[in-house]
Amino acid sequence: MKITAIALNTFKEAIRDRILYLLLFFAVVSLIFSRLLAILAVGDRVKIIMDVGLASLSLFGALMAILMGTSLVFKEIDKKTIYTLLSKPIHRYQFLLGKFFGLILTLLVMLFFMSLIFIVIVLLHSGRIEWGMFAALAFIFLELCLITAVAMFFSCISSPILSSVFSLSFYLIGHLSWGLETLINKIKPGFGKTIVQVLYTLIPDLENFNFKTEIVHHLPVPPQVFLYATIYGIMYTLFVLTAAMLVFRKRDFV
Amino acid sequence: MGNALKITGLFKSFKSEFLRKNIEILKGISLSVEEGEIFGYLGPNGAGKTTTLKCILGLIFPDKGEIEILGLPYLSLKAKARIGFLPENPYFYDYLTASEFLRFYCQLHQIKKADIEEKTSTLLSLVGLEKSSSLQLRKFSKGMLQRIGLAQALLNEPELVLLDEPLGGLDPLGRKEIRDIIVRLKEEGKTVFLSSHILQDIEMVCDRVAIIVSGQIINQGRLHDLISQKILFTETTISGIKEEELKKYGECVSSYGGRTLIKITDEKKVEKILELVHTKKAKIHSLVPRTESLEDLFVGTVKQE
Repeated sequence: MKITAIALNTFKEAIRDRILYLLLFFAVVSLIFSRLLAILAVGDRVKIIMDVGLASLSLFGALMAILMGTSLVFKEIDKKTIYTLLSKPIHRYQFLLGKFFGLILTLLVMLFFMSLIFIVIVLLHSGRIEWGMFAALAFIFLELCLITAVAMFFSCISSPILSSVFSLSFYLIGHLSWGLETLINKIKPGFGKTIVQVLYTLIPDLENFNFKTEIVHHLPVPPQVFLYATIYGIMYTLFVLTAAMLVFRKRDFV
Repeated sequence: MGNALKITGLFKSFKSEFLRKNIEILKGISLSVEEGEIFGYLGPNGAGKTTTLKCILGLIFPDKGEIEILGLPYLSLKAKARIGFLPENPYFYDYLTASEFLRFYCQLHQIKKADIEEKTSTLLSLVGLEKSSSLQLRKFSKGMLQRIGLAQALLNEPELVLLDEPLGGLDPLGRKEIRDIIVRLKEEGKTVFLSSHILQDIEMVCDRVAIIVSGQIINQGRLHDLISQKILFTETTISGIKEEELKKYGECVSSYGGRTLIKITDEKKVEKILELVHTKKAKIHSLVPRTESLEDLFVGTVKQE
């Protein structure tokens, strides 16, 4: 299948990128740092390791998704490899989907290795496997899929530097959008409130994928919340990917 | 015989970077390439050759005009499955080895898994790269990249092969090998669209040519019809007669080691000079009548424009 061939080729390309290993190195350093932080901290050390560890995985995973997602499509255009590729019997959307799945596969492998180190650190400290961590990791992965789609969308319309800035802003705003919700409850009805409500609807709420606190502190999470987060993640990713494909469909490769 | 490629009234313009001014690159290109021929697309740098090819391949979208490949709409996958393309200065995935690279493109053409290995090794030996099959493309020379590029263009046994400057950057031996492959493609019944600014290549292999200047085709047809068969001048190298005496018959181009190269524009004077050589018991080393070349036609046409 053509999409699979492009995805595997993308995976081969991404896995040979040095930036990926640099980020992986820092992620591991950060995981080890969580262990040191736990020694210095007062309170439940396992909780601190899990909290800092999951936050590191989310942050470095997002950085990997942004840096690779914004550069891989651009590289194809910049290095003109896209000329030969699109002269073959493939649709442009197949090219984009191939790139997307290739990156997702890369992120899955990277997240697997980072998670393995993280689980071993937690296991060494607590002596037991915290099953809830797997749910947290699954939602980190879902968030990375969405960020990859967003990074690819921006790389279809602008340069890698601008796309990285836009994608990073998307990530940060997405994690801070709950502030808007608080604002909506605090201000009086009127024009200002409507504007904030529109903004809140448009801006993604990436905190939907954040179950760190609940899992670290063993708080109950109703199954429908997990279901809502899954549907939200899949729908948003599909929406952004469709937008990227529509932009890419009519683009001239000069 | 049908048309392998038909372009009618093709227009393409781009917006400039800063002032967003409209720059017209193609100004109504129309041409047709017959099945089984080698068609030369000739033009100076910046004339619009690569832009035309990019339109044919769907890499850019024309503002106006129609393109048909083997009777099919040019953007259809069926049409793309029947063409091969070698870009100018081939850019490929340099982290792949030569066989990985060909295998990847075989997958895009949905060639059966069982046939991929055989196809890859046949093509590598066709382009003389069988010994470099496990070498990464980043270690390839420019000539080798051109060859592997040609291999990927041929792996689906295309009916129409589009080549953009295929002989650029090759040494004389490499150029001859690629030219031979192009001729062999024609013998196999394939159609070749050869875009180039190197006149000798086109003249040596093409059946028909189109000359594009500033986005417009200003001359097209069979090479024999375009180039006049009239002798323009004759060049001859003679020894045993003084240069002063030879000057009466034509222009002395050079003189070295007792041999004089003389350019004669009047055909009657050629016969007279032969008589003189006979009488003076001198020696003729060469006698070459020069007809109009593609270069003469090209330079003349471009200057006119």
